[in-house]
Amino acid sequence: MELSLATRTVAEHTVLEVGGEVDVYTAPRLRERLVELVDAGARNVIVDLAGVEFLDSTGLGVLVGAMKRLRVANGTFGLVCSKEPLLKIFRITALDQVFPIYPSVEAATGDGDGSGPIS
Amino acid sequence: MATVRLSFSPAPVHVRTARLVGVAVARRAGVAEELLDEVRLAIGEACTRAVALHNQYGLADLVTVEMSDSDSYAVRVIDHAPIEASVGLAKLPPDELAAESLTDEALTTGVGFALLAGFVDDLQVRPVEDGPGTEVRMVWPVQRR
Repeated sequence: MELSLATRTVAEHTVLEVGGEVDVYTAPRLRERLVELVDAGARNVIVDLAGVEFLDSTGLGVLVGAMKRLRVANGTFGLVCSKEPLLKIFRITALDQVFPIYPSVEAATGDGDGSGPIS
Repeated sequence: MATVRLSFSPAPVHVRTARLVGVAVARRAGVAEELLDEVRLAIGEACTRAVALHNQYGLADLVTVEMSDSDSYAVRVIDHAPIEASVGLAKLPPDELAAESLTDEALTTGVGFALLAGFVDDLQVRPVEDGPGTEVRMVWPVQRR
């Protein structure tokens, strides 16, 4: 399935909903969108991976790049992911120790049951 | 034993095709359904690595993926980049993953290798027999039908 990207705002957070396959072919589009968001002034960015069916090292590299960009800009970056196959990818690469990963957008934006990150 | 061989120009758009074919052949070979996500990811990573190496060295040579089943499902992904480009693969520790000094390419390479090593129990990276290049060989068990 092709990559899909949609942005919405939740309180002071910019939520980027990603769907489809994020790989070496589609990851540049994800990078472009994240750069656009930060350049446009977004400082609290949440990437919602709920609709992602495939994620490879190139996609992971883009996410790390976005996190670094926001760190330089004194912003925050988090991921929403509850699918076990994707969580396994974050564990195997040790990126679960790099990203805050939340089970839901509500948890990521602090607008829910108060549950924190799962990593 | 059945063999399926796919060769493609070193362009990112074709990596998805290689993944799709690799999983289709794996399913037909009798690889367990619960392993197919790992097969998909590993073939994708190996092909991504090969495409990146060919692009890095300006090589138009085709990347080859050879899938065969006998007692197991074996996939070989073959590139033609100089061997020295393939050494130095290492899993990166968490504090280095987010370091400012790490380039995007180095990060992706390190993460890609971590995924290959993490998802494939039987993994070998070795020089090809003729000319420059490396072969990433991955093997998965098959269920008897």
